[in-house]
Amino acid sequence: MGTKQLIGALGEDFVAKYLVAKNYEILDRNWRIKEGEIDLVAISEHGVVVFIEVKTRTSFAFGHPLEAITREKAYRLQRLALAWLTIHHRWGFEYRIDAAAVLISKGEKFEIDYRIAVL
Amino acid sequence: MALALTSSVSLTGLTGNLIDVEVDISDGLPGYILLGLPDAALNESKDRVRAALVNSGEVWPNKKVTVSLSPAWLPKSGSAFDLPIAITLLMAQGQVPKDQPGVCIYLGELSLDGQVREVRGVLPAVLAAKKRGFQRALVPFKNFAEASCVSGIEVIAISSLSDALNYLRSGEVPESPEVISATDSDYFLDLCDVAGQLGARRALEIAAIGGHHLLFIGPPGTGKTMLAERIPSILPPLTEESILEVTAIHSIAGTLLDRELLSKLPPFVAPHHTTTAPAMIGGGAHAIRPGATSLAHEGVLFIDEAPECARGVLDSLRQPLESGSVTISRAVGSVTYPARFMLVLAANPCPCGRFSGRGRSCTCTQIAIRRYLQRLSGPLLDRIDIRVFVDSPSRIEMASDQLGESSEVVRQRVIDARAMADSRFSDCAWKLNSQIPPSQLRKRFRAEKLGMNFLHTELDNERLSARGFHKVLRISWSIADSNGHTIPNRDDVEAAFRLREGMELLA
Repeated sequence: MGTKQLIGALGEDFVAKYLVAKNYEILDRNWRIKEGEIDLVAISEHGVVVFIEVKTRTSFAFGHPLEAITREKAYRLQRLALAWLTIHHRWGFEYRIDAAAVLISKGEKFEIDYRIAVL
Repeated sequence: MALALTSSVSLTGLTGNLIDVEVDISDGLPGYILLGLPDAALNESKDRVRAALVNSGEVWPNKKVTVSLSPAWLPKSGSAFDLPIAITLLMAQGQVPKDQPGVCIYLGELSLDGQVREVRGVLPAVLAAKKRGFQRALVPFKNFAEASCVSGIEVIAISSLSDALNYLRSGEVPESPEVISATDSDYFLDLCDVAGQLGARRALEIAAIGGHHLLFIGPPGTGKTMLAERIPSILPPLTEESILEVTAIHSIAGTLLDRELLSKLPPFVAPHHTTTAPAMIGGGAHAIRPGATSLAHEGVLFIDEAPECARGVLDSLRQPLESGSVTISRAVGSVTYPARFMLVLAANPCPCGRFSGRGRSCTCTQIAIRRYLQRLSGPLLDRIDIRVFVDSPSRIEMASDQLGESSEVVRQRVIDARAMADSRFSDCAWKLNSQIPPSQLRKRFRAEKLGMNFLHTELDNERLSARGFHKVLRISWSIADSNGHTIPNRDDVEAAFRLREGMELLA
């Protein structure tokens, strides 16, 4: 695994732990089809399916990580979410799309900026 | 929920519309949405505002920013909203104390390093804010002078975003530039520069008294342009009210730097004869800008080589000549600008330009000569009262070392004569002799009996048309004012009749 992928995986692990601590159950990770990939799928204690796009960075020098989610990427997330729901027979479930920005600074310190229902 | 509101002004013509600038910052993907029919320059504000904020050491919210300019239906243009948007954004974040509504307006374009740049139309915008009861205006440093012409509102000059924030946080007022007010001595051109041309000088004076439109006909190099350029110097200085109006128009057009601020000198505008109709009467796709006719408001519009003008362009002058204003309609809306000016046209007598005196050096055919001036349309000529033939000064005039009368002397006579007209028209809707309607000319404002007889004879001899009859009467009133007569006598009428020489060329 390259450094970039490693950083990405570290960030996703961190977000997963963050969600579990908030009583979410993780349903899927790195779900991938031809269209693209969903980083995390979780279900809240109220039964809402949550799709999470995780952006991990080691510095904010290139702008806020969530700015990397352009309009096209947001639409693709939306389509992927519906595809996931269909394939997993959860059609009609309440769902939402969240975004998380993770900053890993020196000394393995993690900072998270979690945004609910970004679309 | 982070929300804040400030006020700014958007202009439709000379009318200022108050705009509420609202900013909402909410969770969600970082982004910036601008609502309220912005044009291209305004849509680019996002990147200017962001860079200016960051480079002024402020925080850009990495959240979803929604900016709304209301009323939403009014199309907005220009970059003057940069400053209010930036400030409202910081207020929404709680970085700056929030504004009391209805107290302060903000105007200014931001540069990427956080400096505040000048914008157009600050004077009418501040004027509109004052009328709506606003007490304070934050304007760009370079626009301070024009904004401070408005009394009854506190104007604060802002040279950078940090200045504005510092003021809002601590109440510390940044230093204002010194305003140099215009003086009476800003007349650069003087009538005494013109050698000879006694007839033309007299015609200028009469035209200035009555506000008559003028046509100069003469060979090249005889001084038509020189004479026209000096008309503002013999017109009475602008009144307080018209100074503000003229300055406001120039503020919108962005030509205020060419003109001394609050100058009492009537403007002089000389569009080239290849000019287009939109440049002449105003136009533009996004924001409708005033044209030459409005820039010449309360002053002189001079068109050299008038027969060379495209016909549509000259004819577009008819509406402003008639109503004293122009209404321009475009997709973004319709706008009315004031356009009350003295029209001065200059023309060569023929295409080669040498048809004067005995016309021996002229190479044009008879038909070409006759057609040349016919390019000026009848309805336009109809509105021009005085036609003067300007010929080369004689050798005696050129050799004389005596200067002609200075503008100051002539101007004083014009002011005195206009005062006479003013008292005569105290109960009328018009102020100048050139504006007397025909019915009133035949009833109330007749000349002396002998003078009227003279006109009737000329009418009988078909040397005068009904239209010309009224014009001669109007001019004779101006001449009477100039001579101090309470009613035009026969000499005044005859002099007025002669001021229409050059007519035979326009048969």
